[in-house]
Amino acid sequence: MTTKPAELTDLTLAQARDGLRAKEFSARELAQAHIDAIEKARVLNAYLLETPDRALAMADVADQKLAAGEARPLEGLPLGIKDLFCTHGVVTTAGSKILEGFQPHYESTVTHNLWRDGAVMLGKLNLDEFAMGSSNETSAYGPVISPWRRKDSDTKLVPGGSSGGSAAAVAARLCLGATATDTGGSIRQPAAFTGTVGIKPTYGRCSRWGTVAFASSLDQAGPIARTVRDTAILLTSMSGHDDKDTTSVNLPVPDFEAAVNRGVKGLTIGIPKEYRVEGMPSEIERLWQQGADWLRDAGAKVVEVSLPHTKYALPAYYIVAPAEASSNLARYDGVRYGLRVPGKDIAGMYEATRAAGFGREVKRRIMIGTYVLSAGYYDAYYVRAQKIRSLIKRDFEQVYASGVDAILTPTTPSSAFGFGEKAKADPVEMYLLDVFTVTVNMAGLPGLAVPAGLDAQGLPLGLQLIGRPFDEETLFAAGQVIEEAAGRIALPQAWWA
Amino acid sequence: MTAPVNPKKLIKGALGDWEVVIGMEIHAQVTSRSKLFSGAPTAFGAEPNDNVSLVDAAMPGMLPVINRECVAQAVRTGLGLKAQINHRSVFDRKNYFYPDLPQGYQISQYKSPIVGEGEVLVDLPDGESITVGIERLHLEQDAGKSLHDQSPTMSFVDLNRSGVALMEIVSKPDLRSSEEAKAYVTKLRTILRYLGTCDGDMEKGNLRADVNVSVRKVGEPFGTRCEIKNVNSIRFIGQAIEVEARRQIAIIEDGGTIDQETRLFDPNKGETRSMRSKEEAHDYRYFPDPDLLPLEFDQAFVDGLASGLPELPDAKKARFIETYGLSAYDATVLVAERASADYFEAVAKGRDGKIAANWVINELFGRLNKEGKSIEDSPVSADQLGAIVDLIGDNTISGKIAKDVFEIVWSEGGEPRQIVESRGLRQVTDTGAIEAAIDQIIAANPDKVEQAKAKPTLLGWFVGQTMKATGGKANPAAVNALLKAKLGIE
Repeated sequence: MTTKPAELTDLTLAQARDGLRAKEFSARELAQAHIDAIEKARVLNAYLLETPDRALAMADVADQKLAAGEARPLEGLPLGIKDLFCTHGVVTTAGSKILEGFQPHYESTVTHNLWRDGAVMLGKLNLDEFAMGSSNETSAYGPVISPWRRKDSDTKLVPGGSSGGSAAAVAARLCLGATATDTGGSIRQPAAFTGTVGIKPTYGRCSRWGTVAFASSLDQAGPIARTVRDTAILLTSMSGHDDKDTTSVNLPVPDFEAAVNRGVKGLTIGIPKEYRVEGMPSEIERLWQQGADWLRDAGAKVVEVSLPHTKYALPAYYIVAPAEASSNLARYDGVRYGLRVPGKDIAGMYEATRAAGFGREVKRRIMIGTYVLSAGYYDAYYVRAQKIRSLIKRDFEQVYASGVDAILTPTTPSSAFGFGEKAKADPVEMYLLDVFTVTVNMAGLPGLAVPAGLDAQGLPLGLQLIGRPFDEETLFAAGQVIEEAAGRIALPQAWWA
Repeated sequence: MTAPVNPKKLIKGALGDWEVVIGMEIHAQVTSRSKLFSGAPTAFGAEPNDNVSLVDAAMPGMLPVINRECVAQAVRTGLGLKAQINHRSVFDRKNYFYPDLPQGYQISQYKSPIVGEGEVLVDLPDGESITVGIERLHLEQDAGKSLHDQSPTMSFVDLNRSGVALMEIVSKPDLRSSEEAKAYVTKLRTILRYLGTCDGDMEKGNLRADVNVSVRKVGEPFGTRCEIKNVNSIRFIGQAIEVEARRQIAIIEDGGTIDQETRLFDPNKGETRSMRSKEEAHDYRYFPDPDLLPLEFDQAFVDGLASGLPELPDAKKARFIETYGLSAYDATVLVAERASADYFEAVAKGRDGKIAANWVINELFGRLNKEGKSIEDSPVSADQLGAIVDLIGDNTISGKIAKDVFEIVWSEGGEPRQIVESRGLRQVTDTGAIEAAIDQIIAANPDKVEQAKAKPTLLGWFVGQTMKATGGKANPAAVNALLKAKLGIE
């Protein structure tokens, strides 16, 4: 059984759940410990909005349920919510000025599911504006600072993005777990940068209803937490069919936690040769090999596989995602909600509102998207990108048809970097960070990022497991093997407190 | 396109005859309780912004979910147009900014519509008929409405209509005159009303037409067309085509060329005005809506809808001609509205169809038109009119008396046979009985007979005596006629 640690915030989500049920501490104490930690960590800028009163009220309800022996699956567990999920009566900004002060009159299906299961909301987490970014530097409300630092350095590092607030908050013990979203790697890349676990489930596993859209055909919600088991617990609650989202899939949701200890004996793990990209640091290459060895030692068969269209994935992604975004973001026009900047006529109001309301990266993507959908360019860009998307999907289908159960790759081509190191350079530099993750979104597959070690600078590095459609269970099983073999990474000391 | 040229339809220009070529895009509001992609009601006449869901207002994170009833209505319409039903179709986004378009895009169907090619048989006033090709039918969202008269400095937006389902029905450029165009819209509206898929109410904007007009010399290729947007009555459609064709002919005959553009028809000034040129045309950046899966259904779904379709006007017309021996003209008039056809059939059932048609078309429709009433509001029910026809049929009353009875039923109501009885309108067939009564009275009153020859007003006394003798059942007109003859009064 768990013993009460020095800090309640150091518990994993599963430990906290068990501790609450064993009455070792109350939900209110657990919530208060996180509220205090959040207050001390404001320098990290992980939370855009703290909701302590709401958290304590929800914790009190949880304590009643616990006392009555009616605990729901997530009873009393404090979570952070990426500020892309609309929360009823709680300001939701998507990290953008254009939604400053916007209070939804509705609750996203994913967060609704979490509250249904008894979770407690600590607040709304920072992110790249409209989830467009890989470093959390595009947030209109300032960047998130990673709790991680290089060895013997106090250079501030990025937590990754776009779910930078979610990853940083989980790594800094400012919540037990967090919701996040992933359009091209926005769960897995920040998880890798912060030594946390994140899973982007299969497209259609979680409802997109009530989550601010970036690129509809790629967006998926998922959790970030400190262990594989914790992400499995959270995903079980977040998932499920929703009549309000036509693209959500009507399949039963397995108890993902039950899959965590399944092991990998008899499974076949594919190593895609195309992911060995030029200029990849040798430590990442070594770690990748190490991951394969761990899985083999645990009883899996490891084979080399080929995903020949991988190299086209990134450029195709940067056509499809901006194209959809350019249309999805048209609704932010200053007419009905959010920011409005007056103009001399309606077009003037649109221009002034959108010029003031959107940041540079969002504007860049709207312009790219508008361009690739324009008459005369549509076939050359959008149609071709969709064809590439089909080919990428087929690559995976063929590998899985050959008997491979999951694919192992690095999550990112590097560890975390400092502020401005990439953002000020060519934006393509930043886009290249998504090279290992976008294929998964393009194919609609589940992808799990799990920390596997530290680089020479003492920064976390992650491995990615890619699964068959709706086979997240195999990813949790294999992820657990890696987590156990690597040993859980010691989280950074609270230098900020 | 290959229809033979009818010289009557050509327009005379200064430099010879011109043929006008017309194609139509009809926007028909789908009859459904809720909108195409949201559960908000479609009821007309609500307060501004009452019928608006989070989806219609395009709140962040909202997603469209297809309304199956609207899909069924589009398929029914496709079947009514004898069209190809596409088991797989795709919703696209048509992107542009406008305050009454909350999403910043309209969800429509661009490359893969739900209904493909079909045809409409159009009856022309001269008794001829033409077949007009249907290019496609697709489903799309209606926009909201901007209100510019609510405030001196601001415009308001009413989103009640935002997201309501429309069917855009695109014809081939098969129409060659304003008459044909008007007849086409009339027929299409009739079909939609029969199907119950659109109420066709043009006053409420539930049926609007975009009219593509070009002119050419006979035998030449199509000319450059102009699109006249949003014409909202059948009469205006005819006027718009006439003035636009003449405008184009005048330009070409003056040595000019037609610019492809979008124009608006101003019924007050009787002219079309340029709205935007081809260069100013929007780039709508169509692409498949990633929020919606392709729309797919199987043949069983289509068959189920087909089996529930009502008899359509063309079939009904043929049956009326066949079963009731009607003329093509009468049959066309009767099937124009389903309610009229149903009324006629109720009257004609078990009776003489031609007489029934005569009464419905001439008496009933004539009277309804005069009073501006619709068939649904007719004070004379089909049963009542049927009873009148029966009274004629069994010689109880003459056709002339029947018109009186119709008049009484129209203004006072009542059962026709009772009216005939109570008012003594029964046609007297047994004149012998009346004659016998009169003969007796004449024989008993020779002095009065003599006086009456000098003083014809005494006729009234004889009438009274005769009515008394027959118990009031004699037809006064018949009594009058017999008495006059027997007394030798003029």
